[in-house]
Amino acid sequence: MKPIPATAKAAEAVAYVNARLLDPASGLDGRGALVTRGAQIAELGPQLFAEGVPDGMAVIDCGGHCLAPGLVDMRVQLREPGEEHKETIETASRAAAAGGVTTLVAQPNTDPVVDDVAGVEFVARRAREVKLVKVFTYGSVTRRCEGAELTELGLLSEYGAVAFTDGLRAVADANVMRRALSYARTFDLVIAQHPEEPALATGVMNEGELATRLGLPGIPAAAEVIMVERDLRLVELTGGRYHAANISTRAAISRIAEAKARGLRVTCDTAPHYFSLNENAVGDYRTFAKVWPPLRSEGDRAAVAEAVADGTIDAIASDHSPHDQDSKRLPFQVADFGIVGLETLLPLSLEPVHRGQMALIDLLACLTCRPAEICGLAVGRLAEGCAADLVLFDPERPWRIDPDSFRSKSKNSPFDDHPVQGRVLRTVVDGRTIYQADA
Amino acid sequence: MSARPEPLPNTGFPHRHLLGTEGLSAGEITFLLDLADSYVDVGRDAEMKRTRLRGRTVINLFFESSTRTRTSFELAGKRLGADVISMSVAWSAIKKGETLIDTAMTLNAMHPDVLVVRHPESGAVKLLSEKVNCAVINAGDGSHEHPTQALLDALTIRRRRGGLAGLTVAICGDILHSRVARSNIYLLNTLGARVRVIAPPTLLPAEVERLGVESFFDMRRGLEGCDIVMMLRLQTERMQGSFVPSIREYFRFFGLDRDKLTAAKPDALIMHPGPMNRGVEIDSEVADDIDRSVIREQVEMGVAVRMACLETLTRDWHAAGAGAGA
Repeated sequence: MKPIPATAKAAEAVAYVNARLLDPASGLDGRGALVTRGAQIAELGPQLFAEGVPDGMAVIDCGGHCLAPGLVDMRVQLREPGEEHKETIETASRAAAAGGVTTLVAQPNTDPVVDDVAGVEFVARRAREVKLVKVFTYGSVTRRCEGAELTELGLLSEYGAVAFTDGLRAVADANVMRRALSYARTFDLVIAQHPEEPALATGVMNEGELATRLGLPGIPAAAEVIMVERDLRLVELTGGRYHAANISTRAAISRIAEAKARGLRVTCDTAPHYFSLNENAVGDYRTFAKVWPPLRSEGDRAAVAEAVADGTIDAIASDHSPHDQDSKRLPFQVADFGIVGLETLLPLSLEPVHRGQMALIDLLACLTCRPAEICGLAVGRLAEGCAADLVLFDPERPWRIDPDSFRSKSKNSPFDDHPVQGRVLRTVVDGRTIYQADA
Repeated sequence: MSARPEPLPNTGFPHRHLLGTEGLSAGEITFLLDLADSYVDVGRDAEMKRTRLRGRTVINLFFESSTRTRTSFELAGKRLGADVISMSVAWSAIKKGETLIDTAMTLNAMHPDVLVVRHPESGAVKLLSEKVNCAVINAGDGSHEHPTQALLDALTIRRRRGGLAGLTVAICGDILHSRVARSNIYLLNTLGARVRVIAPPTLLPAEVERLGVESFFDMRRGLEGCDIVMMLRLQTERMQGSFVPSIREYFRFFGLDRDKLTAAKPDALIMHPGPMNRGVEIDSEVADDIDRSVIREQVEMGVAVRMACLETLTRDWHAAGAGAGA
């Protein structure tokens, strides 16, 4: 996307008029206008420009659509360095821009793993060169994500790693996890876990009747709650900050809800496919629906949707996991796990809103201020002095997902031809329009 | 190149491929069994060569080693006059280089009429069938299905008992990994038999009852009143302390011997898809009992059933006059 010239110049003021302003952090949801000056939000409110926009200010008519903080996607796999045939920081940034995502946090599971300062700096440098969305990264909890030796959590965070995780690998050793949670307290850092007991998670789809019929090895739902329960004990023991990623089961949700009620410093997220699809999407060996943790039973899917609506689940991440055709056009058992999600994050997340399960402003909290807060990032808010990271979208516009049109290098989405409502119209980072939908 | 026309629906078997028994109707299964029954005598004739498949090409594509199934398909094709080529490919070698789809496209370009495919991964045969223009027969895919085995088992039972409806069939052993068990469960249920599975819980797949079976952990209780006892082969590598603690413990509790067999009906038939592990899942005394064991008869029925399948899946192309590569 070429920047739109009218808004590109630094320090120039741009007025966004005729908008529905939505700021989940403050609860603001009302008609009004907003003005950005350079990279910051200068002013906003219902009465702003009631008397007309001053001369010399660029004006963008929002057409009554929603203007919200740009989305913060707290879990994206970039594949660069190491697997640039699947995705690069540039293509992922373009995909993010088209999806209304203005800040993304990358998984450290590249090749090499982001387990040292050079890795963190590499991601930051490439993001600066690409200059589209804001790209941050996790550091790995353990060297090479091998689950044994801790990385330099303090140094890595000083150089910009926002939180720590071993990506798709659970930190399986209880003692390593205990030390990670405990040591991370020194710097008040979050340890994010892919909560699956690896010894139980050796299958390729949800365990149950369908897996039995397809003759595929299953992963029991218990693999998730067993790891969550263990980790919650360790959080209690250490007082650490813990984040459970990609929650997919009712049992794990109820354990996390109890832990929150007990006052433990625990948060969790899920991805849209865990509340919009169930295991039946695997159907006749559809590898595009092969994901980790696996798509679960209808009961678990409904529980995830409820937990998003009632706020037990703090954030929704795209869990963007690009894979090329050759990694997916294989017999199910040997195909790679993962779904691309940057460009479908908003419309799929809007499904619970359209079904009347939750208010738009609460849903946006899961996509903006809450993940920003978990990762300690000063983004995801619509307020004076904050970064001018914005998304303009029409929550009602119907369309069908077409993976061939994705900016991402990879098209591995099970949502081909899936009808959705909600379209990103414009994405703004630091006051610069980096994406604008075709009229 | 244009795809061939879909088979006509009035031929008794309106499917292009045979990928599994799940979803086949009783009428379709009976159609195949009747045709197979008519081919049993062909195999017993001195002059057994027929010409129905003259000019047709059958490629056996085996990504997993097999002697009996491959030989059975080869003979079935040859007895009908087809040109049969067998290819054995090590899946481990394929995995790294040429993809399964490339292999399928390559063979497709040679215009075979039927591809008979065995593959160690569940769903691989279906994946391949989506990429080719010819008929595909699943000769076993991973732990998913092995439809011709279930058909030959049904033919064996039918010839001995006159029918399948109302019979109680016990399938014993490694149900978890068995494609033979799955194909048999679907087919037997469709034809009105009652199906039981007998195994330790570590060898039963999740929610197996949902497939329409009763499950038992106790062999004697499971065999009580059974008309048919189907034993499954247990892969010995699954026995060393993983799914079951040892071979001797398995044989003690789940091996079929004369003593456990007394629980079944006195005239119960014993079946095994082969190859047998004598002393692991079945005692030699039982396996070789000529009054009870129909294991060798199953092999004979295998050829007849595969002749019926090859003929059925090529017949429609012939009728439509669209056989490519002829």
